[in-house]
Amino acid sequence: MSGVEGYMYPNEVTLYWSVLIVLYPYITGLVAGAFILASLERVFRVDAVKPTYRLALLTALAFLLDAPLPLQLHLGHPERSYEMYFTPHATSAMAMFGYVYLWYLMAVLVFEIWLDYRRDIVLMSQQRKGLMRVVYKMMTLGSNNISERSLHIDEKVGWIVTLIGIPSAFLLHGYVGFIFGSLKSNPWWSSPLMPVVFIFSAMASGIAAVMLIYMAVTKLRKEKIDMRCVDAVAMYMFYIFILDFSLEMLDLVHRIYEADESFRSLDFMVHTKLYFSQIVLQILIGTLIPLILLFLTQVATIGERARKRIYVVCSSLILISVLAMRWNVVIGGQLFSKSFLGYTTYKMALVTREGLLVAIGLTILPLFFLWVLLKLLPPWPKKELQESAAGD
Amino acid sequence: MSGFKDVQHLFRFAGLFVAVILAFLVVRSYVVPKSFGEYGHYRGAAIGEIAAHPIKFAGHQACASCHTDIVETKAKGAHAHVNCEACHGPLATHASDPSAMTPVKLDTLVLCVRCHAASAAKPKGFPQVNPAEHMGGVPCQSCHNPHSPEIRPDTGKSLAAGGAR
Ligand code: HEC
Ligand code: HEC
Ligand code: HEC
Ligand code: HEC
Repeated sequence: MSGVEGYMYPNEVTLYWSVLIVLYPYITGLVAGAFILASLERVFRVDAVKPTYRLALLTALAFLLDAPLPLQLHLGHPERSYEMYFTPHATSAMAMFGYVYLWYLMAVLVFEIWLDYRRDIVLMSQQRKGLMRVVYKMMTLGSNNISERSLHIDEKVGWIVTLIGIPSAFLLHGYVGFIFGSLKSNPWWSSPLMPVVFIFSAMASGIAAVMLIYMAVTKLRKEKIDMRCVDAVAMYMFYIFILDFSLEMLDLVHRIYEADESFRSLDFMVHTKLYFSQIVLQILIGTLIPLILLFLTQVATIGERARKRIYVVCSSLILISVLAMRWNVVIGGQLFSKSFLGYTTYKMALVTREGLLVAIGLTILPLFFLWVLLKLLPPWPKKELQESAAGD
Repeated sequence: MSGFKDVQHLFRFAGLFVAVILAFLVVRSYVVPKSFGEYGHYRGAAIGEIAAHPIKFAGHQACASCHTDIVETKAKGAHAHVNCEACHGPLATHASDPSAMTPVKLDTLVLCVRCHAASAAKPKGFPQVNPAEHMGGVPCQSCHNPHSPEIRPDTGKSLAAGGAR
């Protein structure tokens, strides 16, 4: 059989979890990470990262809207997916997760964004004309009250929502790691560390994404990048990435030391089929280089221009590294036989429903969502709005 | 009343939230089939619907009432525990009225290979061959009687091999 070395059970030859299932934890991870960055400002009152606060929330929302799409395309019968909500089975982690997703979308993200933007929405519903006026009017939910006190209350409520949002974000992404970590049939996945590793890599990738988006958007708007902000974001990214890397290494050392019956097979796989994506891409290029560069920015005095470049390079590499990690987990876990005697190959299609083109499309789609959200709810309108309010 | 005025918008959002949940419950009550959960986590009425499907397999005993010779041959051979319809396919219509439906001729190249093609996933003790090497271009039934396939050392064929007739 082509692509098969050694002995595979017949049902192991084809990989059923395709590149879309790689994408799915990647995208939910970006959501969770972006949200955690936003909550830094809100809950831990890290003032320096304030310029990214709203952007991070909108990024989280844009990616959250995209997150279920890879799953829908993966399903054999997407038109039945709603049944998971109507007749959920209480023992199914996936069914329960459907509610976590909705909860996170409605009660956390949308609510928090609405509270934070309420003043702007009300102002825009009074200033804009035509269709947009109607849209904003609807978004006010019919309340124009932006008195000092009401905004103060919003602030308080928003703080509580963020507080609830942090465990929700952990749950949202921890679940994905849980699904893999709890599969006792698969030694590549089955590890209680899995959800934790997923959460930390999610935070690193989400922060990296927001950093890149912030720098790109600021450039596009021809504004000055707030160095205090990106320095702070980079610092958090650095710390979290160190934690993430240590956890992954802990997992690795644990596997090597434990060396159970699956070890030789998995070890062989890491040295062959996964060598490029795991050792080269994920660890050497995606982890060590950004860690070294970020370390330098922490200890040495480096000029602003160079720092910016380093941040761009590091964020991009971290994004690649985390994507590679998802790939190694999802695809890697299906490449070896449960008999530990053989290996198969993943052949990624190009234009099928679960092919590469769809995967690329689904990675770009959230940026389009974000663009719409940025138009609808600009994160930086306070000044402009006040000016025009004064002009009216 | 001004105290309420400043939190009024929060109640509006909460109202929206509740409205969505109510809408969900209403839709659910329409979409979920009435008999769902009657016996377990599935549609109770499904049992009746499935039971109402026309029967497709006649069962081993049904064939014995007419094809006694074959049943006897098979009972002594290696295929004793392979049921008639595992090879011949569902034949309930034929068994209840032989003239209504004549079973289709079987292609042994497809049929026998499905079970006997060598594969590492099969238990070692199960008789397996590499069809291309083994048969030498002749259909399986010219050497093996499908109903009693084991080869007798004296003739080099199985007893009354089907195709040899
Ligand atoms: C009521 C008696 C009866 C029962 C029960 C019955 N058959 Fe038959 N079968 C016949 C008769 C009569 C013929 C010959 C009819 C013909 O040639 O069209 C026949 C022919 C066949 C043939 C040969 C068709 C051919 O190409 O010559 C097969 C195979 C067959 N039956 C299989 C089965 C199997 C398997 C069962 C059990 C599920 C079964 N039959 C049950 C009466 C029966
Ligand atoms: C291992 C698969 C297999 C099983 C089990 C099997 N058959 Fe057959 N049967 C065949 C094949 C193959 C032929 C066609 C032989 C040929 O074309 O020479 C056949 C032919 C027949 C025929 C046509 C007449 C004949 O003797 O060639 C009848 C009748 C028949 N089978 C009935 C039965 C009945 C009744 C049973 C159950 C007791 C049964 N078969 C079980 C494979 C099977
Ligand atoms: C539904 C699966 C199935 C099909 C189809 C089938 N067989 Fe078998 N065959 C068996 C089983 C089960 C045995 C018994 C294996 C055992 O004894 O462990 C067997 C045993 C045999 C044996 C071994 C006899 C011995 O020496 O022990 C031969 C030869 C054989 N089959 C030939 C055939 C031929 C020829 C065909 C096609 C007409 C065929 N089989 C179709 C399941 C099948
Ligand atoms: C030219 C005659 C011939 C043909 C055609 C033939 N066989 Fe055989 N087969 C034999 C002989 C002889 C044996 C017993 C000697 C042996 O084990 O090699 C045998 C043995 C077998 C065995 C038992 C092997 C074991 O390990 O016990 C199976 C299974 C089998 N054949 C299946 C098939 C199948 C399936 C086909 C059709 C694709 C087929 N045969 C076609 C002659 C034949």
